[in-house]
Amino acid sequence: MLAHLPVLQVIVPLLAAPLCLFLTRSRLVWVFALAVSALAFLISCLLLQQVMSSGTIIYELGGWEAPWGIEYRIDPLNALLLLIITGISTIVLLAAHTSIQQEIPEERHTFFYILYLLSLAGMLGIVATGDAFNVFVFLEISSLSGYALIALGKDRRALWAAYQYLIMGTIGATFILIGIGLMYQMTGTLNMEDLSKRLPEVEHTRTVFTAYAFIIVGICLKLALFPLHLWLPNAYAYAPSIVTAFFAATATKVAIYLLIRFTFSVFGLTFSFTALPLQILFLTLGLLGIFAASTAAIYQKNVKHLFAYSSIAQIGYMIVGFSVSTTTGLMATLLHLFNHALMKSALFLALAAVVYRIGSVQLSQFHGLGRQMPFTMAAIVIGGLSLIGVPLTVGFVSKWYLIMAVIENGWWPVAVLILLGSLLAVVYVWRLVEAAYFKPPLPGRDTIKEAPLSLLIPVWILVIANIYFGIDTRLSVQVTQAASMSLFGVSP
Amino acid sequence: MVTAIAIVRLKDLFAVIMLSGIYSLLSASFFVTMDAVDVAFTEAAVGAGISTLLLLVAITMTGRAEHPDRHKPILALAVVTVTGGLLIYGTFDMPYFGSGQAPVHLHVAPRYINDSMTEVGVPNIVTSVLASYRGFDTFGEVVVIFTAGIGVLALLSVVPRPVTIAKINSLNDSLHEQHLILRIVSKMLLPFIMLFAFYVQFHGDYGPGGGFQAGVIFAVAIILYAMLFGMITARRVINQSFIQLIAAVGVLLYGSIGVVALLNGKNFLDYSVLSDDPIAGQHLGILLIELGVGLTVASVMIIIFFSFAGRRDYLRHLNDNSKGSNNTSC
Repeated sequence: MLAHLPVLQVIVPLLAAPLCLFLTRSRLVWVFALAVSALAFLISCLLLQQVMSSGTIIYELGGWEAPWGIEYRIDPLNALLLLIITGISTIVLLAAHTSIQQEIPEERHTFFYILYLLSLAGMLGIVATGDAFNVFVFLEISSLSGYALIALGKDRRALWAAYQYLIMGTIGATFILIGIGLMYQMTGTLNMEDLSKRLPEVEHTRTVFTAYAFIIVGICLKLALFPLHLWLPNAYAYAPSIVTAFFAATATKVAIYLLIRFTFSVFGLTFSFTALPLQILFLTLGLLGIFAASTAAIYQKNVKHLFAYSSIAQIGYMIVGFSVSTTTGLMATLLHLFNHALMKSALFLALAAVVYRIGSVQLSQFHGLGRQMPFTMAAIVIGGLSLIGVPLTVGFVSKWYLIMAVIENGWWPVAVLILLGSLLAVVYVWRLVEAAYFKPPLPGRDTIKEAPLSLLIPVWILVIANIYFGIDTRLSVQVTQAASMSLFGVSP
Repeated sequence: MVTAIAIVRLKDLFAVIMLSGIYSLLSASFFVTMDAVDVAFTEAAVGAGISTLLLLVAITMTGRAEHPDRHKPILALAVVTVTGGLLIYGTFDMPYFGSGQAPVHLHVAPRYINDSMTEVGVPNIVTSVLASYRGFDTFGEVVVIFTAGIGVLALLSVVPRPVTIAKINSLNDSLHEQHLILRIVSKMLLPFIMLFAFYVQFHGDYGPGGGFQAGVIFAVAIILYAMLFGMITARRVINQSFIQLIAAVGVLLYGSIGVVALLNGKNFLDYSVLSDDPIAGQHLGILLIELGVGLTVASVMIIIFFSFAGRRDYLRHLNDNSKGSNNTSC
């Protein structure tokens, strides 16, 4: 069965989703979904181990070899992404049963888990595949289920947020599809490996240039790169808390993966960075994103909005690392991708615990929570410190590598700007700390208790992971290094 | 082109929906002239058929006229212009239309055209590419449709209120008078529509057709029934939770074919294990997965229609709760 791991990774959650309909009780479905997600996590661990020891794994679906059929191609980069997605999904699901009791009506719980599994399978499918059109198919699965999950939010505004996301996401997906179609027209193939061999022959044509432009813009819409981020804050703020925790940690990461995959593996580095002034463009947009979004985060009254804007800023950091386009730069991006998934899932899951107890995430409602929910608030503080990039947390590791990469290139001003951006993070995290620890509890709020263990345990698993990977960086550094090496090895 | 402009300019949503149906039909005929009959068939069944129907159900809830709004979306116009310009710019270096030297015809396609008969053994090359060479994509598409159905259910599902038999009968009589001719004609048509759906379903190997189109046509038959005989009667014929299970069964059927291949030591969705003769295995596999596709597509379409229409009943029930009459004519 070991040889079939790449496809099992995707079809286990994919086939488990319709099976959920046959289970009737909410609790049963939850246990089943959790088991499936844990199994997927196990598979991804095995895959990562296999890739690190014996190199790229290729799996031909339907038994047809590559350019004719569809192949799965697992290298260190996808293996890392698979590990992040399944790991976060499992831990978040652990908390799901308790959290959605309060936020989603009982009769919709089964549908919630089905959509969750479909979304998980969609993301895994995007990451695992080596076929450009297959990416689009799975993108549709993950986006459609994503829109529905966001619209399940309790607040009526969730519908509007999901609708906005639907419009922007569909435009993004259509752009990607147009790009893939144009590439197929010029090369006659949809396989990524094959595309990278055949594109250089036709790379001077205007059609390939157009294809590239459409794909990049489409992906940037999906990854909420400033200034295409407008759908993100509301979608994160009004979605059910569990969904926010899952998406904040994974959805934009998958888009970043696609960006890296298309620029490095499909179009090749030389074409990517010469066809468009991509380096300077991404550097500017990344830095602008860091500052604009961090500043916006400072003025938010809703804590979910606050962290959503901070997510946009963090995407900015990843894009800066990407624009450096050296092995260290790419490594910084991937490290931050891994680390940010840990931070944001911890933070949003802790917010889910707050919602569970007080039913709101307005900053004004946080007064005095530091004493009433000590463990939850401590988790938020550690997550916040990690966002700032304090030593001994994962945030420090990724900032460290990012600044190293930038300095290696001699971009001193950029390094200063990155540090300044971190100072803005101090401001918005401090506002939360101030409200929670230095303000007296609101009147009539004396009876608020600590969140139940079923929420605290997953939150603290993530918080401890935040600290553990901040100290012991062997795994993350080794894998990201291998990933960025292999990307640069493939494309000279 | 004229239709598209008319769609943008018109304020009457009913006319817009009708025009978009016409637009789909026109593009379907366009596809036929480009020799893409399978695509044309799908476009005609989905674009002109079912989506028009669903949109019609939607406007019964929203009202017919578009809200006038005054803002001028200059920025959007600029973005659209740039996008369109870029697309036209991209066409300059495209291979000529119909050119035999185009890369599309030289790389992957020759094997599909020359060898698919010996490797898959299905006369319709489109079906063999769709269901076998790129079967995993099709599996993904089925899951997309399943996701759409579940998404609609998750957002709109309303538990139907129990209705007494007497009420149904009285409703049935009133409908009977209103739609006498329509009802009788459609009663005569329904078996043929369903028969045609089955033909399309199982003939996909030989001519244009297959699970997607067949599923949609089958769903249209059910929807027609529901429109003319009332939602309550239709609900009695088709049980809601049963149809949800059918949607799941379709996906699972497709997936389990793949898993059977896995258990036999071949790769996922390798149909050749299904029979001693690989070609016969391919054939059987394609037949079964098309059945899975058909099941899921038909039931999801029905689910979507019922959820929309059920929502409409629900809203009306909220509105004239005082009157106590919840008439269900469509």
